[in-house]
Amino acid sequence: MRDNISFLLNGRVEHVADVCPTTTLLQWLRRVKRLTGTKEGCAEGDCGACTVVVGRVKGEAIAFEAINACIAFLPMFDGTTVTTVEGVAQADGKLHPCQQSLVDNHASQCGFCTPGFTMSLYALYRNEATAPAVSAIEEALAGNLCRCTGYGPIVQAAQSMFGGRPQAADAERRQVEVDYLAAAKHGETLCITGEDRRMLVPRSEDELAALYLSRPDATIVAGATDVGLWVTKQDRLLNTSIYIGRVEELARVTRSQTDLGVVIRMGAGVTHSDAARALSGRPAALHELWRRFAGEQVRNIGTVGGNIANGSPIGDLSPALIALGAQVLLRRGDERRTVTLENFFIGYGKQDLRAGEFLTGIEIMLPADSADFSCHKVSKRMLDDISAVCGAFNIHIQESRVAQVRIGFGGMAAVPKRAFAVEAALLGQPWTRATVDAALVAFEDDFSPISDARASASYRMQVAKNLLVRTFVERTRTATPTQVTDCAASMSE
Amino acid sequence: MIKMQKQGPNRARISGGVAEALHHDSAVKHVTGGALYVDDIATPPGTLEVYIAMSARAHARVIRLNVDAVRAAPGVICVLTAADIPGGNDISPTPTEDDPLLADGLVQYVGQALFAVVAVTVQQARAAAKLARVDYEELPAIITVNQALAARSYLEAPYVMQRGDVEAAIAAAPRRLSGRMEIGGQEHFYLEGQAALAVPGEDDDMGIYCSSQHPSEIQHTVAHVLGVARHAVTVEVRRMGGGFGGKESQGNLPAAVAALAARIARRPVKCVYDRDDDFLLTGKRHDFRVDYNVGFDDHGMILGLDVMHAVRCGMSFDLSQPIADRAMLHADNCYYLPAARITSYRLKTHTQSNTAFRGFGGPQGMVAMERIIDEVAATLALDPLEVRRRNFYAHRDRPDEARAVTPFHMRVEDCIIDDIVAELSETAEYQRRRADIRAWNSSSAIIKRGIALTPVRFGISFTKTFLNQAGALIHIYSDGSIHLNHGGTEMGQGLNTKIAQVVAEAFQVDYARVKITATTTGKVPNTSATAASSGADLNGMAARNAAETIKGRLASFVAEREGVSANDVQFWPGCVAVGGRVFTFDEVIKDAHMARVSLSATGFYATPKVQWDREAARGRPFYYFAYGAAVSEVAIDTLTGENRILRTDILHDVGRSLNPAIDKGQIEGGFVQGAGWLTMEELVWDEKGRLLTHAPSTYKIPACSDRPGILNLALYDRGVNSEDTIYRSKAVGEPPLMLGISVFAALADAVASVADYQLLPQLDVPATPERILMAVMRIQTG
Ligand SMILES: Cc1cc2nc3c(=O)[nH]c(=O)nc-3n(C[C@H](O)[C@H](O)[C@H](O)COP(=O)(O)OP(=O)(O)OC[C@H]3O[C@@H](n4cnc5c(N)ncnc54)[C@H](O)[C@@H]3O)c2cc1C
Ligand code: FES
Ligand code: FES
Repeated sequence: MRDNISFLLNGRVEHVADVCPTTTLLQWLRRVKRLTGTKEGCAEGDCGACTVVVGRVKGEAIAFEAINACIAFLPMFDGTTVTTVEGVAQADGKLHPCQQSLVDNHASQCGFCTPGFTMSLYALYRNEATAPAVSAIEEALAGNLCRCTGYGPIVQAAQSMFGGRPQAADAERRQVEVDYLAAAKHGETLCITGEDRRMLVPRSEDELAALYLSRPDATIVAGATDVGLWVTKQDRLLNTSIYIGRVEELARVTRSQTDLGVVIRMGAGVTHSDAARALSGRPAALHELWRRFAGEQVRNIGTVGGNIANGSPIGDLSPALIALGAQVLLRRGDERRTVTLENFFIGYGKQDLRAGEFLTGIEIMLPADSADFSCHKVSKRMLDDISAVCGAFNIHIQESRVAQVRIGFGGMAAVPKRAFAVEAALLGQPWTRATVDAALVAFEDDFSPISDARASASYRMQVAKNLLVRTFVERTRTATPTQVTDCAASMSE
Repeated sequence: MIKMQKQGPNRARISGGVAEALHHDSAVKHVTGGALYVDDIATPPGTLEVYIAMSARAHARVIRLNVDAVRAAPGVICVLTAADIPGGNDISPTPTEDDPLLADGLVQYVGQALFAVVAVTVQQARAAAKLARVDYEELPAIITVNQALAARSYLEAPYVMQRGDVEAAIAAAPRRLSGRMEIGGQEHFYLEGQAALAVPGEDDDMGIYCSSQHPSEIQHTVAHVLGVARHAVTVEVRRMGGGFGGKESQGNLPAAVAALAARIARRPVKCVYDRDDDFLLTGKRHDFRVDYNVGFDDHGMILGLDVMHAVRCGMSFDLSQPIADRAMLHADNCYYLPAARITSYRLKTHTQSNTAFRGFGGPQGMVAMERIIDEVAATLALDPLEVRRRNFYAHRDRPDEARAVTPFHMRVEDCIIDDIVAELSETAEYQRRRADIRAWNSSSAIIKRGIALTPVRFGISFTKTFLNQAGALIHIYSDGSIHLNHGGTEMGQGLNTKIAQVVAEAFQVDYARVKITATTTGKVPNTSATAASSGADLNGMAARNAAETIKGRLASFVAEREGVSANDVQFWPGCVAVGGRVFTFDEVIKDAHMARVSLSATGFYATPKVQWDREAARGRPFYYFAYGAAVSEVAIDTLTGENRILRTDILHDVGRSLNPAIDKGQIEGGFVQGAGWLTMEELVWDEKGRLLTHAPSTYKIPACSDRPGILNLALYDRGVNSEDTIYRSKAVGEPPLMLGISVFAALADAVASVADYQLLPQLDVPATPERILMAVMRIQTG
């Protein structure tokens, strides 16, 4: 086992040994490297001031993506490339187009958010050939907060930076990074120890299974978009942790045609961004949900498995996956088993996971008709907010009757939950407004939500019911606008 | 000497003078990571870090505070409690002495500083703080506005402003209505949290590097806490990562804690707040309850208005008195009130001590007035814009003595809101769109749209008259380069850029020649906070005065040498002209230095005309007013309350702009921040006084996609300040925040469509999706 890590930082190889494995990348950059351009605005993944761009090998491909340095642990970057705001301009000081565009568009005021925006734009610039649509820019920037500018000039900068491509300096830099990543692809297991804490980084699922079985008290770390906060906000120590981000088997998405339909198998370690890409927009509702799931930086590193394993009652994927009839694939040592997702959640903070057992992935059957499936996330803010309520409906209509129905809800109970009573009130009934109205009372049998800082219990209940109404209206009166995002401003003539 | 044409050696104009749209002076540093904030400064070896441990109770006596285990924890150097303070245990920004640095036996909010742990790293300090044993004896706590009103928990006696016989006017009015509005607070969420670095020097000296809008107050506070003279403390502020009023007084605590720790540990000490701690420790925008009773006629003309402001101040005064006053001074917004009474209750609660926030109470006063107008219009089934226009103060050029006096007996002499609203409603096609939207709504079952135009009139000057002063210091070095310093601070508003433009213009040299340096109490003393939007007005004038002093000396020197009168010396772009001869600026400077002419000068400015008799609530608290208006169109989802700003059109008056790019940036950013306050930013405390929304995961400020889908923003091109301000510009920091009120009014309009505009739904601030849905349901059920 290797006991030190190395990665490429702004084009130069760094070797790090004897570091506390739960040191965040941000702490290390600012304190050890004195690269203070990367800022801390929250240390919880929500503001984007700490954004850096990370290059990683993904199967056969290489990806360069924006992530939050504040909640990611240093050993997670072994074998990657990391670019910070100090590494974006050319060596001679000439600004990168993303930087020049921010300056030209007056897109910084206090400037504290600006390094983060610079990096989000830098990632966008690297990954897009031409200026994307405004909505895509908004999604790419949803994880970056700015309190000064009102964002308009930043969006403007994102649109105009694509002029004047290509940049020779960029291509050179990319080559250095690609070469480094290719060389670092194959490596051995890591064991990073410092300040009495230890992080293990296995390279295969079998190795992970064995390690975890022998150390069942270890904390599994996938994208650390939850676990990172345990450290930065709750001062938890994580004496032993196992980082699963280098287990290739867990990062795969496979699609197979069966007699019953298309089955998708998603590895637990697949990031939200990769999952969305792999499904390439189908079903559309799931894609829409991912658009509103966290911000780009979190989607780029947070995993599907982590979103389920954390058992959060307000996790967004679970209600959708419950409605899709997902199966959770579990492994403990060499034993494997499968649990239906809604049964995986036993109670608040309690999942059907035994000591040393972990998720290898989930399996869903795509709905035969994409339109059968819809998801609705409701939150105070449209992008990058945690749901007050998230409802998912998988309703198949045959001969004007509800032939099949599965409904999942988040934010309505101590766990993500299937709405059995509502389903019962709909199943077999004619697909009419009267049926829908009659089914609304059944929500009270299924759920008794709580009040918290995000929403009151009564709002949650009302919205849950209204989401069924919205689903009905969307499927029966397709011309009616049902979402504020569908609505355009009245224009000047 | 060079021979040349009247136009100067190379070109007709200097580069970077007044009115040029220069980019922010730090823009390149912002995008490369080169701009240094407090936490980025390279600290001397041995610098320690401090963590402030907070009260867990809203109101309690601290029976026992045992920090033995904290002291023994790894990395801890010392633990500070109230007993360790050599000077005064008070950091209040006004002479109220009600903000202890560290609680001494009594805690008055959850989050109050209780003790401080100094350690090698802040992580160690924070871990160690958990080992303290604190025993509390709980006392009854007052958390909400309504609890405080019921308990008559006042910080000071209620304050009243009145003009005319209000009761009689309302009683005699053909129509009357009354109502109530709850207005929530707002967290500043400056991206850079509070931060200070204290470096002890020889004797009693203490150097402070901090993120503060008010270096002089930091100096005074640190000197008071350490028990030393103010001359021993030097405070430097290069820039802030946002302030918004949240760094006017709230920087006192981290600076004083760091200084105290540095004094005791004899080492440099840094205090940087974690985001969640920042939420818990610091004050926010004041939340209000506003009750109103208005009399009006069938045309919507207001005849009398009686308003009650209940202001949640929190556990101490902080700046609450002037803030609550300013809310009253803006309770009229743009409208003439023939008879008016505003009564303000300053409530003491066991919560964070609320503080300055962009607008300084003005927005709360104004949003209630706009709500009143909307209710009057709804009652009469009139277009609210029509009611607004009818009630405007008399226009500057059409003086109507009778309709130009405010409830505080000031004559409004510069009112141009008619012009702005007339132009904006045309360019935004308000009337046509309003009709279109109403037609569209009648056929859209779930999504409803709304539109509203709201005006802003904001008074410029500190209402505490003595604060309206500023100083500047200019050195010209013998190579002709200019070093500029002034008392204002840079928080992103582009103040330094603007002042450098002013100085470049004054000397007629290129902007690049002027170096802006960090604000420091060692160069310009006894400054006021950079606040009340006054930064460019005050410091611009002071800097120009300093420049004029040096120019006067240069002119006398050149005139004497050339044997002409000083009046015949002119500063042309890059050079000085005298008679038929022209010298480069550098030459003149070099010669002046050789001739022993002083090339350094201070400048000073005090705003003329302002005077305010607070006792009598009469006078002229404001030098002038800034005006603007916005039209916003929104869409709401009547199933969930979710909403969007579809389009906003803004026309705003900045007088003659010093820098149009920076001014537009202030307007756009202020608008979005105001809209955030009124829609999604919600602070929630539980019944124990614990702030539940103490992180960006629960407290949502607008993100990129929350800005208007379409934004048309223009500066009012006929704008020119009637008063003799710096190049006839107007202040721009705060006023645009209140343009966000158009969004709130448009949301109410959208909800009203649900009941076919028969009534205006009750809607409180912030209009979250939940509040909007509840309003929809209330009017659906009648
Ligand atoms: C700013 C921000 C915004 C967010 N927004 C959203 C949102 O909109 N919707 C939403 O649902 N969530 C959101 N989250 C929560 C979080 O990002 C997701 O839940 C994410 O999917 C977690 O994945 P991860 O890989 O980062 O998990 P980690 O933090 O690495 O782990 C989470 C938990 O799962 C366990 N775990 C991880 N993988 C496995 C495995 N294979 N087997 C067993 N246990 C495992 C870990 O031990 C830990 O207990 C947000 C988080 C942040 C910081
Ligand atoms: S510091 Fe806010 S997201 Fe990392
Ligand atoms: S420029 Fe200040 S937060 Fe964005």
